[in-house]
Amino acid sequence: MTLGEIRGILGALVITQRTDMNKEIGRAYCADLMSDVLAFSVTQSLLITGLTNVQVVRTADVADIKAIVFVQGKRPDIDTIATADSKNIPLLVTNLSMFETCGRLYENGLRSAAGDTP
Amino acid sequence: MTKSSDGVFFLTGKDFTNAGSASSNLKGILDDMGIPADIVRRAAIAAFEAEMNAIIYAVAGMMRYSITPEAVTVTLQDMGPGIPDIDLAMKEGYSTAPDYIREMGFGSGMGLPNIKKNTDKLTINSVVGEGTTLEFVIYLQGLSPETSG
Repeated sequence: MTLGEIRGILGALVITQRTDMNKEIGRAYCADLMSDVLAFSVTQSLLITGLTNVQVVRTADVADIKAIVFVQGKRPDIDTIATADSKNIPLLVTNLSMFETCGRLYENGLRSAAGDTP
Repeated sequence: MTKSSDGVFFLTGKDFTNAGSASSNLKGILDDMGIPADIVRRAAIAAFEAEMNAIIYAVAGMMRYSITPEAVTVTLQDMGPGIPDIDLAMKEGYSTAPDYIREMGFGSGMGLPNIKKNTDKLTINSVVGEGTTLEFVIYLQGLSPETSG
């Protein structure tokens, strides 16, 4: 699934610049605990989170996360967006809840990065 | 990969705006040197966990790195409260982090175990009231002192 398709499914807003909407996303991981993102090797996936601080972007950078979706319409501040731009990590914002975000992406074929899919 | 590199980053305690930037810079250096992606990720994650610990708990610290054709070595030295019981701190889920750290998504007691998981060698020396020195090594191409002779 491409990032562009994910944007469409979630009705999301892209808040980073020069975002490659053709970027392929194969897996997703959902967490508000960055410790879990770091601990469970969810590399190369989409991160779905309700946290918007700059550590989310730095965590995504070191863990090789491909893109981040912020749920419930939460927007990170301008410095966090700038950090994401500098690291080439696309940021999307959806008004959907975390449950609805995960549900719609799963329904459209996206699967867990944590490897717990049959 | 035959090049070598070393350097140091300085860390300021409670500076959450820049927390993680040293590890992010280190990741960029490793990428630029052509180190395999899996090793870069392991080193970056371990360095990030250690950097966050220093920024959460210490007044100040420094991260030194040394990259050789054999290994990536990172040393975090901090002026912090020290760790009274290292075995206890190594247990998954054990944490002394305050609530505001947990609200940032950290402090769940996974940091030190995750550093151990991602590295080939981990050494922690700590003196209560003075600080902690944490050093980890990741061998390149599966090399270790035992197998490389």
